[in-house]
Amino acid sequence: MSDSIGMPRVRVATTSLAGCFGCHMSFLDMDERLLELAKVVEFDRSPLTDIKHCGPCDIGLIEGGVCNAENVHVLREFRRNCKTLVAVGACAINGGLPAQRNHLDLGDCLQQVYVKRDGIEEGGVPDDPELPLLLDRVHPIHEVVRVDYFIPGCPPSGDAIWKFLTDLIGGRTPRLAHPLLRFD
Amino acid sequence: MDSSLETAADREQLRRVVIDPVSRVEGHGKVTLLLDEDDHVREARLHIVEFRGFEVFIQGRPYWEVPVMVQRLCGICPVSHHLAASKAMDRVLGIPVTRSAEKLRRLMHYGQILQSHALHFFHLSSPDLLFGFESEVGKRNIVGVAAAYPEVARQGVLLRKFGQEVIRATAGKRIHGTGSVPGGMNRHLAVEDRDALRAEIDHMVEWSRAAVELVKRLHRADPALYDEFGRLRANVMSLVRADGAMDLYHGALRFRDADGKILIDKVPDQSYRSLIREQVKPWSYMKFPYLQQLGPDEGWYQVGPLARVQNCDFIPTPLAEAERREFIDHGRGEPVRATLAYHWARMIEMLHAAETIRDLLGDGDLLEGALLADGERGSEGVGIIEAPRGTLIHHYQVGGDDLVTMCNLIVSTTHNNQAMNTAVREVARRYLDGRKLTEGLLNHIEVAIRAYDPCLSCATHALGKMPLVLELADAGGEVVDRVVRE
Ligand code: SF4
Repeated sequence: MSDSIGMPRVRVATTSLAGCFGCHMSFLDMDERLLELAKVVEFDRSPLTDIKHCGPCDIGLIEGGVCNAENVHVLREFRRNCKTLVAVGACAINGGLPAQRNHLDLGDCLQQVYVKRDGIEEGGVPDDPELPLLLDRVHPIHEVVRVDYFIPGCPPSGDAIWKFLTDLIGGRTPRLAHPLLRFD
Repeated sequence: MDSSLETAADREQLRRVVIDPVSRVEGHGKVTLLLDEDDHVREARLHIVEFRGFEVFIQGRPYWEVPVMVQRLCGICPVSHHLAASKAMDRVLGIPVTRSAEKLRRLMHYGQILQSHALHFFHLSSPDLLFGFESEVGKRNIVGVAAAYPEVARQGVLLRKFGQEVIRATAGKRIHGTGSVPGGMNRHLAVEDRDALRAEIDHMVEWSRAAVELVKRLHRADPALYDEFGRLRANVMSLVRADGAMDLYHGALRFRDADGKILIDKVPDQSYRSLIREQVKPWSYMKFPYLQQLGPDEGWYQVGPLARVQNCDFIPTPLAEAERREFIDHGRGEPVRATLAYHWARMIEMLHAAETIRDLLGDGDLLEGALLADGERGSEGVGIIEAPRGTLIHHYQVGGDDLVTMCNLIVSTTHNNQAMNTAVREVARRYLDGRKLTEGLLNHIEVAIRAYDPCLSCATHALGKMPLVLELADAGGEVVDRVVRE
C-alpha cells in the first residue's frame, strides 16, 4: 500500500508478551495523532488488527517480558521479521512487575493459586497441553533477542511514543528530551 | 446449563482447529475446536494461556504499595484495580472515606468507564459491526474504520481521550497513576483541569448519545443477527445501590436468574465469600466462579454492561435512564441475553458515565475539603467495584507489621469465563457446524468473545496472561487446519 504521493508506507507490528496492555494503551494515547499516523503507516500483526502472524515489517514494538514458551516464539517471530525492534516499557526492558515472581518457586505459586486458596472447588494446577509452558522466571526481551531501541516508562507516555516513531519514520535518530524520558 | 461441547468423548479421533491468538481483545487467549469427519463441532474451548502470579507476590508487600502495584494487572482498566484495592485498604485501616475523596474517586472511575467503553466499542469491536464479520481482514481494524467512517472514528478517539484526561486530572497520569491511597485521595482536582474538562463535557454527552443511536440502528438493520447471535440463558450479578440504582463505584451484591427474577439481594461486599466459589479446569489458567447455592453447573453467571443494565432498577441520570427503558422494552418482558446486546448496554453505560462526569464537575467538593481521615486499624478488607467489564473483587489480609498476608482477586473477565465459553459453543454450533471453516466463519467465534470485552491480562493475574487461540486438530491431535489470517 502507498500513500497519496506514492511513498511506500512504513509497516509496523506490535505485540504484548507478559505485559498488562498499558503500553498499547499509551500507544492509543497518541489520540488524534493516531489518525495522522495511519496515513503513513500500515499495521501488520497487532492486538489492534486481525493479522495473527508477523510478516516482514519495518518496525516492531514489543510490550512485556518473556514468561512462557509462547512468548519466546512470538518474540523470535518479530525479530526475524522486523528491521527495527523496540522494547517498549518497563516489562520489556527488565521484566517489570511480573518479574516479582522470580524470587518465588513457580510450583509453589501455582499450588497457592489453584489448590490451596479458600473457596476453590476441585482444585488442581491447570496442565493441559494447550497451555504454553511457563518459564521459571520472567525475562527481559533483550535476553532472548537483539533489541535496537528501548523506551522506558510504565508505560512510556503517548507523547514519548509519538516522538520516537515520528523521528524513526522521518529518518532521524530518535531522541527523547528530558521531560519525555521517565521511568514511572 | 449447556456444557455439551465442553469435552468430547472421543477426543483422539477428532480434528483440531485453533484460533491463536484471539485478536482485538485485551491480552492473550486462544480457542480450540475439535471436529469430526463430517465437520461437526464436538468440542469448543476458550483457553486463557497466561499466568502472572500477582496474588502470590503481593503477599509480603506493605499495604500502601498495593493500590499502585495491582493496577499493573491491566493497562486498560488500571483505575478499577487502583480503586478496588484502595477500597479494601480503607476497610483494613478502618477509615471512613471523606466526602471529597469519595467524589474524586468517583470522578476517576467514571472517567475510566467512559474511556474503556469507547476504546472497546470504537477501537476494537466496531469493525465487525460496521463492515461485517466476514469482511476483508486487512480492513477490519480502527484504521479501516477511520478510512470508511472518519467521523465515527474521530468521535471514538476523542471520547477515549476525554476519559483519559479525567483520569490524568484525578490520578496524576493517564495510565498507572497514584491519586487514590488507602483511606482516601492524595490530591484535589485543579481548577484549570476542571475548567478544561467542563468546556468539553457537553460534546461528550452528545457523542455518547450518538453512539447509543448507532448501536440501535445496527440492531434495527439486522434484528435476526443481533437478537439471536450467541444468545444464552444466564444468571447475572452486579453491585446495586441501596435504592436499586445503578452505581458503578459502590453497592451491595445482587443476583438475578435467567428469567430475570431476583435470587439474592443486598449482600454486603465484605460477605462475597459466602456466595461465590471457584472451580479450576485443567485446560485454562482462568478459574470458573459460580454461585455456591446453585452449584457449578447451574450457578455460573454473567457480569458487565449487559448484566448491570438489567440488574439495577433504574439508572440515576435521565438520558441513560430513558435509553435503559427502551432497552428493557426491546426484550418484551424477557431479559435480553443476546451476546451482541452487550454493545448496546455498554453504550448506555458510556452515556451514563458522561452524564455523571458532567454532574460531578459542578461539585465544589472536588476542589477542596479533607482527603484523609483517621480510623481504627483492622486486619482484613474486601473492596468491590463495577469495573468496565464487570464486578471486580479484591480481598486482603494485612499483618501487624503492615505487610499483606493474603490476597485474593476475582476479576471481571473471570466471572464471565463460563458465559464466554458457552457463547463460543452456541456460535460454533449455530454457524460453524458441518461447514468448511473459513477465516470469516472463525471470526464469528471471536466476535462473540469480543462482545464480552474480555480483559485477558487481568484474568491471568494468577501468574500470567491469557492468549486467545482457535485450533482444529486431527485424529492424532495434530493441528491440521489452523486458519491463519495474513
Ligand atoms: S511497562 Fe507498565 S504499562 Fe507497560 S506492560 Fe509493563 S506494567 Fe504495563
